[in-house]
Parts: sequence; structure tokens; C-alpha cells
Amino acid sequence: MINNIADLIKIRDAYAGKIAFRQHGAEKVSDGKIEKHVLICGGTGCTSSKSVQIKEKMEAAIKAAGIEEKVQVVLTGCFGLCALGPIVIVYPEGTFYSRITLDSVDEIVNEHLVNGNPVKKYLYSETVKGDQILSLNETTFYKKQKRVALRNCGVIDPHCINEYIGTNGYLALAKVVTEMTPEDVIKEILDSGIRGRGGGGFPTGRKWQFAAAQPKGQKYVVCNGDEGDPGAFMDRSILEGDPHALIEAMAIAGYAIGANEGYVYVRAEYPIAVNRLQNAIDDARREGLLGKNILGTDFEFDMQIRLGAGAFVCGEETALLTSIEGNRGEPRPRPPFPAVKGLWGKPTIINNVETYANIPQIILKGASWFSSMGTERSKGTKVFALGGKITNTGLVEIPMGTTLREVVEEIGGGIPNGKKFKAAQTGGPSGGCIPASKYDVEIDYDNLIAQGSMMGSGGLIVMDEDTCMVDLAKFFLEFTVDESCGKCAPCRIGTVRLLEILNKITEGNGEMEDLDKLEELANYIKSASLCGLGQTAPNPVLSTLANFRDEYIAHIVDKKCPAGVCKKLFTYKIDLDKCMGCGLCAKQCPADAISRTDYVAEGHKLASMQIDSTKCVKCGACLPSCKKFQAIYKG
Amino acid sequence: MKKKMTTVSFNGTKEQEIALDKVIAEHKDQKGALMAILQKAQGIYGYLPIEVQQHIALAMDIPLSEVYGVASFYSQFILNPKGNHAVSVCLGTACYVKGAGLLMDKLESVLGIKNGEITADRKFSLDATRCIGACGLAPVLTVNEEVYGRLTPDMIAGIIAKYN
Amino acid sequence: MENMVNIKINDREYAVPANSTVLEAARYAGVDIPTLCYLKDINEIGACRLCLVEVKGARGLAAACVYPVNEGMEVYTNTPKIRKTRKTNLELVVSAHKKKCLTCIRSTSCELQKLCNEYGVDEDHFQGNNNAYAIDDSTPYIVRDNEKCILCRRCVAACKNMQGIGVIGANDRGFDTHIASAFEKTLDQTSCIGCGQCIVACPVGALYEKDDTAKVLAAIADPTKHVAICAAPSVRATIGECFDYEPGTDVEGKMVAAMKALGFDGVYDMNLTADLTIMEEATEFLERMKEGKNLPLITSCSPGWVKYCEHYFPEFTDNLSSCKSPQQMFGAMYKTYYAQKVGLDPKDIVFVSAIPCTAKKFEVTRDHQNAAGVCDVDVAITTRELARMIKQAGISFRALPDAKFDDPFSIGSGAGAIFGATGGVMEAALRTAAEVIEGKKLEKLEFEDVRGIQGVKKAVYKLGGKEIRVAVASGTANAKRLLNEVKAGTTKVDFIEIMACPGGCVNGGGQPTQPAVVRNNVNLRELRAKVLYTADKNLDVRKSHENSAVKKLYDEFFEKPGSHKAHEILHTSYVKRGLK
Repeated sequence: MINNIADLIKIRDAYAGKIAFRQHGAEKVSDGKIEKHVLICGGTGCTSSKSVQIKEKMEAAIKAAGIEEKVQVVLTGCFGLCALGPIVIVYPEGTFYSRITLDSVDEIVNEHLVNGNPVKKYLYSETVKGDQILSLNETTFYKKQKRVALRNCGVIDPHCINEYIGTNGYLALAKVVTEMTPEDVIKEILDSGIRGRGGGGFPTGRKWQFAAAQPKGQKYVVCNGDEGDPGAFMDRSILEGDPHALIEAMAIAGYAIGANEGYVYVRAEYPIAVNRLQNAIDDARREGLLGKNILGTDFEFDMQIRLGAGAFVCGEETALLTSIEGNRGEPRPRPPFPAVKGLWGKPTIINNVETYANIPQIILKGASWFSSMGTERSKGTKVFALGGKITNTGLVEIPMGTTLREVVEEIGGGIPNGKKFKAAQTGGPSGGCIPASKYDVEIDYDNLIAQGSMMGSGGLIVMDEDTCMVDLAKFFLEFTVDESCGKCAPCRIGTVRLLEILNKITEGNGEMEDLDKLEELANYIKSASLCGLGQTAPNPVLSTLANFRDEYIAHIVDKKCPAGVCKKLFTYKIDLDKCMGCGLCAKQCPADAISRTDYVAEGHKLASMQIDSTKCVKCGACLPSCKKFQAIYKG
Repeated sequence: MKKKMTTVSFNGTKEQEIALDKVIAEHKDQKGALMAILQKAQGIYGYLPIEVQQHIALAMDIPLSEVYGVASFYSQFILNPKGNHAVSVCLGTACYVKGAGLLMDKLESVLGIKNGEITADRKFSLDATRCIGACGLAPVLTVNEEVYGRLTPDMIAGIIAKYN
Repeated sequence: MENMVNIKINDREYAVPANSTVLEAARYAGVDIPTLCYLKDINEIGACRLCLVEVKGARGLAAACVYPVNEGMEVYTNTPKIRKTRKTNLELVVSAHKKKCLTCIRSTSCELQKLCNEYGVDEDHFQGNNNAYAIDDSTPYIVRDNEKCILCRRCVAACKNMQGIGVIGANDRGFDTHIASAFEKTLDQTSCIGCGQCIVACPVGALYEKDDTAKVLAAIADPTKHVAICAAPSVRATIGECFDYEPGTDVEGKMVAAMKALGFDGVYDMNLTADLTIMEEATEFLERMKEGKNLPLITSCSPGWVKYCEHYFPEFTDNLSSCKSPQQMFGAMYKTYYAQKVGLDPKDIVFVSAIPCTAKKFEVTRDHQNAAGVCDVDVAITTRELARMIKQAGISFRALPDAKFDDPFSIGSGAGAIFGATGGVMEAALRTAAEVIEGKKLEKLEFEDVRGIQGVKKAVYKLGGKEIRVAVASGTANAKRLLNEVKAGTTKVDFIEIMACPGGCVNGGGQPTQPAVVRNNVNLRELRAKVLYTADKNLDVRKSHENSAVKKLYDEFFEKPGSHKAHEILHTSYVKRGLK
């Protein structure tokens, strides 16, 4: 039980060494008898590729080697470089093992942990420079990052409240409840310039200020963890890797606005995150960091988790509130804003996980530290989930103002297979795409909006030349059509009509006037919809129309899909002269569409194959089988 | 999104009913507990047949239409039991861009059912799921709790064979 | 003095109450902003987005129906952008709407149609696929055609928020959202009480009563049938609305004339059997008081309420008065007493009632409503259906000279007249009970405490030295509240009047529909009820037991109130249905 700040500091001091051990250049730090820390990523991505079993096997092997006194194995949150998972890091060196399998565990234990020789063949290739082995912090992926919200992810054991305290955890809460007035707290948040990390980028301090200004009484602090944006998973990572940061921040928010109850609304698709957060809440409660008389003051705060059940719209704040109240997740008109009339009609603040994760740091390090990062109107850092056609799929945290090119080419390692960057989609289904011509745009709230996109929660999907932008717009629209709640007419009917026009175009039945209709309808839906979902749903259409109108026209006028994606607008063909007649393609074909001709090309032994376009389902399964001869093509 | 009406007949057990009543009692004083109760009820029965929803409506003293309105709104609530092996393909953006659609096509042909259906022997059900956050492994699918990542369509048959 | 704020609407300044919405404020500027989903107090969801206006400085457009005014606000209701937005909105809505407008039951009274016309909508501007829905005509009273539904959710609000019932709700999500019962059950498989409040809430033709006019017209055309009709107290107070009279116009004479012109063999006043009901019910009440059994007595003339009781409060069915409703009493009396008297075979009589109610269509099908061995009432038609028949027959309603009801059933007392308003039955019963108990004439006939449109009214009267505690509830949500209090013992009461529809029959589910702009701004319940109270005040006979026609019925046939014969013919039984 932690009764006061002295108790807290005692634990912090006891664990600080352990945490410092896991920082870059940790050679100088000691952790008592322990000589090595083995950090294994326990995020969803790596867990999916068996990191938990790897940890168990590792511990067994360490025990078998008799070095369990000297090595501590920790299952942490996400390191960010999900593409390379499962990831294992060994400190103090910071050696970076990637794509570890169960089979490689023994070798790592025996060679590296026992004999002190890192096993090069399992190391992430970028960290091996001849004889020299770089630590993960020296890789381009990490070098350009600035980890604030993610600072503890991949560093601490999320199941251990003491490790969190070892990173100065809960000291911000301690400072707030003992040294600061609620007004002080809000002023600090306001001065930091932090804006909401989940969607529109509303200044967090202003939100708190509104709620604090409401008459005393029941108020609520809500965390939006309904990260529905497909391809974005920063909130999940924080919940999995650093759950106490959220708890601490929500308690601080409670103190600031005069609330003593908090709700975290999390997607049910995130079982690991929910489990770790629940554990953390239980631990914090047990230690007295939640509940009555927190740290010996008369401040009281407690919180609970509510699970979503599969509705993207619940990421919209008013829909989230109706969902917490146990109803269909349908948004409510604003005003009244939640800060005035929120959960069960009471003043409520809603921030997302990433926003909260920044709060304790702002309190501890000060508003000016935070506002020294970023651009004029977008302060601090932002976490992005890199996905799509990019080498380093994963989570990155960059100072606002970093260019898109830096993110994709340097941190993200560029586009694989020598393909060209075509566009990046930010903000998920609510956002838009940024074309290659704007590759050097500095990423911040306002610049993205100026590009017809938005920050959203931070999904960043990279597209190469194989992506059809009309199809992409269709994909996002299908998503919003599916996820529209159906309450207001513009979104319910409008998005469907929009999708129908896109379908018409991708099926080769489009007319030029459809483009005008798309624009008219899209702009209407934007201005008339009830909530953020509808108001942003047309963005993918509008931004692809603005940046890739040619592609639309190619679909409509030439009846061609330049990227070769829209199935109705191309057929698979076999170049009879290139075909060696090996027949591998026919074996892959699920539709029996490939047969042998009588034609034997000059110099070939076997008769060439052909595709019956009436049978072909255009699944593309044949394509990889002909990688060697490149005889199959789209035309 | 239209919910498929229940096609199997209800054969809930006494134990399940006791478990459900326990869940309802646990949430008795909690505001806005309907969703949590439905989630746990689905955990108990595997799906949410009318009998279960009616039971919840009566116990909570709310109209059945309200319970059903909530159950039919959220995609995770289902009115039919899943197959013994629930196959879900992630159709999140990262997976989609990396060809998850092709995985779905392949699964449909391998299992002989469409997205959202269940095989006649109830062995497999096939669904599209929203982003599960394993974007680093894209494209992914899950069978029950097991995650399979970095897939290509030619790997599908092998995965399904493991459960057959 | 109300708290006021100064705002500008379309560049002109107005002082408006501080707690108003932009929609309400705009009326001060003489602007009716169009709405489809908004119903004051019960459906304020901002969903249809038709009422969007420009508010200077606001992010995006604002939904006037829910947007509060504030000092210095500048609102524009009629800019090119707004007009275009509304037009596109309507074009989208009609793209998902079954456009059978020529033959739609709501053609010319459809709120969507009117707006489309006003905004010059191109109904084919957006085209696309829509979901197919089967028409639900499973009940004898309500038909739902979801292909016409525009998802304004006014019916859901009426059922759930106003009536506290909720047998319908929004199912599924997104474009597949539709209004239906749980698990897509048809309405007959639910605990729907048939009050029809969903119908009068519907702005379009997605909900309507099951039309029974064909049955009536066929009977009239059949020379072997004797076809009689009686008009419920409140129909004369509302049917004028179907012929462009202002709400609250008494058109009894023209209504009677129109009924006669339609060819009915007898046109009668149901106020008479309202009086008859009072005779039976007051007697029943005094008996129950004497025996102390099955108290409180609860009225049974509202069939929606009776069905509600059977479904939701089966423990109270023994408290229901065993009296048939005035409609059923009329049919029963007509096919027994009158048939005998004039030598008609009950089988050859087709007895029709004109009623403000859809639940009465269910009531005519109930068990134990067949005093003469055939059903007491053959067809119940709503005010709307009666108007439809009159229009179809080409009768110039407004030009008709007033006519009188046919004898011998032309007399109704003032007590019978006020049956159509909430509290009316109670007041009528009190007038008779008081005089019976006290044994002398009342000095003042008005029981003001039970009048008015509040949901629940309670009063205590001292009659014959004894305190009689009464309560009146209208609208089933209010009934629920009251009955729960009675159950909990927090309210002690001897006699309860309950009407299923808020405000009573004047606001029944069979009454003329009025667009939201009227419903939101005009107190229809009060205006319509006023017709009944005025009629009461102007009548010489204002107490049921003084109605000479009623006295004659007892003298010639029923002997005395509560007699064995009266019980056989004028009383009925109930079932405990429970929740479905």
C-alpha cells in the first residue's frame, strides 16, 4: 500500500536502476547481480507469432543453463517494429533480434547469454555492420523517433506497477494532488498546447476547462480506447505496454475537473490490452493509487473498463457515451457538448489513450518542455501506425512537423520491392490521401487538413503504384457504409449512394457526370451529417478525386484500371511466346480456367498455356507461379 | 449490416441459465450494463438466441426490442452459434492493402461457404473481422484464438487442413 | 418575465426566450424551418438533418431542432447553401423511399411529399438499390410498410418514450437500419396494444390503420343487410380536420349528415352508450366499495388500455370494470334490444362504429363480445377512415346542412360527451355516483381536478360522508407509473380512469394526422377536448342517469343497472396475456 509520496519515491528509487539498465548506453548502469535483461515483445503482433511461448522457452533454457540469477526475462509491450516480430532485445547492449522462432531460443541463450556472443544470423540485419553490432536505438527506425507517449512501451513489464513507478510513474499524480490546484493543472495542460490525439485535434486543456467550469457534482473522465481506425493500433500498444500511464493520467484529469469516476471504453477485439489494463487497475487500487484518499490526500478517484462490441462509430465521442450507457452506439447532436452534458447527462471529458499517455510527462517535465516539440499549432509528438506497402510496418512516434518523406523513406525504410511511392492515406476512413507531389509535407494537424486529410488517430497506410485509388476510395467507403450507425439520413443514405456510384465506375459503367455527382454528394454528406463519422466519410473520395482525377477518368472513359486492380476492367492473359508450358499456373487456378494450347513457342519444349477469360475469377493466384517467366500479365 | 436470424433451435441448459442469472445479478446495480450482460451471455451460450435476450429483458425490466436493438447494432453480437472453428479474416486497411481480400476469396472456395456462413457440418464458420491490430503481420486471419500472419492464398488450404 | 436573449434571424433582430432552440426561435421571425424527425419532447434526436441552418461562427451547419439559442447569435435559415442542402437531403430520402405516392394513403397529408414539392425535388436524382421489406399487416389494427419508412423514428419515440411500451425499435445498423420488433417478429406476436400512436406520429405512409372501409361499403351495398353506425364522442370534435376545419371545430351536424348521405340505415350517437356505461360502472363501483372487493376499480372503455393491462399488469385484470366499452355496449344493445324491438335478425345487422381509435379494431374481435350470438360490433372504422369514405363518396362535407342523430338513440348527456377527453369518464361517473350516494342533486357538476391534460391527476371527493380517492391517467407510460405506485402502496385509490392515449380519445391513434409543425406548436389535445367540454356545458342533460333514452333502455329491457340481463349483455371478461 502506497500511502504517501515517500512510499512512492522509495519504490521509484528501488526500480529506477532496472529501468535505466534498459536504456541506450546502459553499460554504465548496474542492476545488482543481474547482468542481462532479455526483453521480449508481448504486444498483440508479436504474441500472434508466439512470443509468449518464446518467453517460456527462454526462461526454461536459462534455468537449464544455470544463469537464472544473472538474467531477467521481461515480457514488455510493443517495440514498434511489428514487421520484424517476434522481437527480442538483450540489454545492456541493446542487441536486436528479429523474427525469432522457438527453434532459435536455445542458440541465443547458449551463445549470447552464456558465452556473451550475440548470434548474428538472428539479428535485425540493419544492426549488423560488418563486425559491428548496433543497438536498436542506432537504427534509422528508432533514431528519428521521439518517444513520449510510447516511452515505456517495450521498456517496462506492463504487469509490474513497480517498474512503472521506476520510470517516475505516479509522481505526476503525486505532484498534482499535493502541490497543484485544479486550475494549475488545467493551465499546465493548456500551456503545453496539446491537442486531442484521436480525431479533430481539439485542444485538450480547453476541454478540461469547460468541464471544470461546470457546477460541482457528479462528473466523469472517459477514455476513448475504441480505436476503430483499421490499421491504427497505437492506443492498443499503450494499453498493452504502459497501462499505468493511462490510469495516472485519468486520475490527474479527474482531479483537474472535479470528477471521481472514470470509464475506459476499449474495443473487445483487444483482449491482451483489456487484460493488462484490468490488471493495472486492480494493482493501482490495491496500492491505494485509485480509490479513496489517494496518496494521503482527500482526493478520490476510481475507474472501470467498458468493452465495445464492434462498432466503429463508437469512436465518435457522443456515440461512445451512448454505448457506455448500454445503448445502440448512436451519436447525439452537439451542443450540448459532453463537457457540459455527457455521460448520463453529467459533465464529462473524453480523451483518447494517446492523449492521456502524454499527460503525466507534461505535468512532470512542464508545459514548455512539451511545447518545445512540434510545430506552431501542433505541439509534441504523434504516434503513427505505418502500414501497407512499407518496409518497416509498425508504430513510430515522431515530433510533429516531421515530413511524410522522412517517415516513409527513413523511419519506415521505404517501399518494398523497388516500387514507387504513390500516396499515403492518413486518418483512416475519415482521412484522405496525400499524393507523391506532397511528399515533403510537414505532418501536423493543420497541414493534413489542408491536404484534405486529417490526423485521425494516426493510421498511415502507404500505397505504391499497384494501388488503384478509385478502389481505395471504394474500400474506405465500404467500411463507412458498413459502420454508419444509420441514425441520420445524409450518412445512412448518402454514403450508400456514393458507394453505388463508385461501384458503377469501377465496373466500367461510369459516366463523366458521375464525377460531378460524387463531388456534390460528398460535399453534402460532409456538411449535413450528424457526427464526425458522416462528416468525414467522404474524405477518401474527395481527396482521391482531387489528387487522382486521371485515374477516375481512366476508369470512366478508357474503361481501364491503370493499377490493374478493378477486376471488371482487366483480364489475365498469358504471353504465348514467353510461356514455357510448365503448367504450374493451371495447378494454382481455383476456377479451372487455365488450359494448354497447341502452340509451342520457338525454342520451347512444351505447348503454351492459355486463360479462359469467361472462367477466370481474377483471383490472381496464377501470377506468383509464373514469377520466373513473367508470362502472365494483366491486360 | 443485417443480422442473420437464428436458424438453430435453442437447447440451453440449466447450468447456463444459472450462470446467466449470476451475471445479471452481478450487474444489477451497474448503470448501462446491458452490453456487458449481452457480452457475458454470449460467452455462456455462444450466441444470443431470443430465449436468452427475452430472459435478459425480463430480468432488467426493459423492452425486448431494446435488447434486440443493441444486439443487432454491434457486429460482435451474433444470433447463431459459430462453427467449432471460427475462421476470421482481418479486412482492416493494412491487411486489405496486402491482399486480405484474396485470402477471403480463397477461404470461400476452400470451405465452400461465403463470408458470414457456417459449413453444413458446423465445423467451420467464416467471417470478416475488423482490424485486430496485428498489422505488422498483415495479412492475417485467425482460427479461434490462433493468429496466422504474413499469409498468401496458397497457404490457406494447409491452415484449414490442420483443423479438419 | 422570461429570460430573453437577442438574436438575429436572417439579418433581423429578435428577442427570444433564452431556453428556446433555433427552431422555436425562428417562429418569432415567422419562419417554419422544415423538419421530419423532430417531435417536441419525445423525439429530439437531430437525425433527419432537414432543419439545418447556418449559424455564424459555428463549425458546419446546425440542426435547428436541437440547437440552443444564445445571446448575439446570428442564424440564416434560407441561404442558397441551405436550400441546396435541404433539396439534396430530400432527394436522398426519396431515393430510399417507395414512391407510390399517387395511391399512398398519406398522399396530400404526407410531410415528405409536401417538402419535396416545396423544394422542387427531382425524385430520380439519386437512384440506387434499397432493401426489400415485407408489409406487416399481421394485426387487425396497424399496417407497417417499411419500404416507405424514412427512419425518422417518430413511431419509436411514440411507442417507447411517450407510451412507455417499446414493442418497436431500430434494428440492425447503417443502411440496413429499420424499424421493427425484436427478432423481426410481426406485430401480432408482440405485446403491442394497438393504440396507434405510432400511426399519428408517422410523417409518411409507412404506418396506417388497417383499412376496413371496404367491408362497410360492401355491407351498405348489400340490400339484405341493415347497416347502422354510431359515432364515438370525440369523432365529431376531430373529423373536421380532414375537411380543412381548424382543430377544435365541432362538426357534429355535418358528420351526421355525411353518415346519412353514405347510406347507413341508422346513424346514432355513442354518447348514449357512454351514459349506459356510466350507469353500469357507477353501480359496479358502488357495489365494489360496499364489498371492498377488487379495488381500485379501473375503467375499461379504452381497449388499448385493457390490452395493456392484460399484457403488462395482468395482476390488475380483476380490477378492471367488467363493463364493455360504449362501442361494444352499443352493438350488444342494438343486436339484442333493438333487433327484438323492430324485428330484425341480428345476423342481418352490420353494426359499425366510428371511433378515434385503432385498438377498437382489436376490441371487436375479442371473446365475450357477442351478446346476440354474433359479434356485437362488426366493423370499427377510425375517424380517418370515415373521412376517407366521405371523400370517396363525393360528399361535400363542408356544404352539408347539419343533421341530427336518428332516434331512438340520438340522445347523449354531457357526461357521455366528455368521455372523449382524459378525466371525462371519471367526471361522468362521479356525477352519477355522487347523486346516488348523496341522494340529492349536485350543485356543481364540474369536477375540475380530474380535467386537464396532465398525465396523472389525483383527487379526493367526499361523497355521502365517505372519502372517495380517485386517480386519472392517460397515456400508458403514465398508467404504468400510477399502477406501480398503487402496487407499491404509495398511492391509495378507489377508482381509476385510464386511457391508453395521452389526453384520451381526442388524441387517439385513429384521429386525423397532423403534421409535426402543428403537433409541435398547437395543443391539439386541449383544442379538441374543448369541443367536448363546450358541448357538455351547453347541454340541458349533463348526467348519465338523467338521460331519458338511457332510462327507457332500462325500463324496457335492462331492468336496472347491474341487473342479470345487463350483466349478460353489457359486461365482459379479460385474459391475462402476459409479456410476449
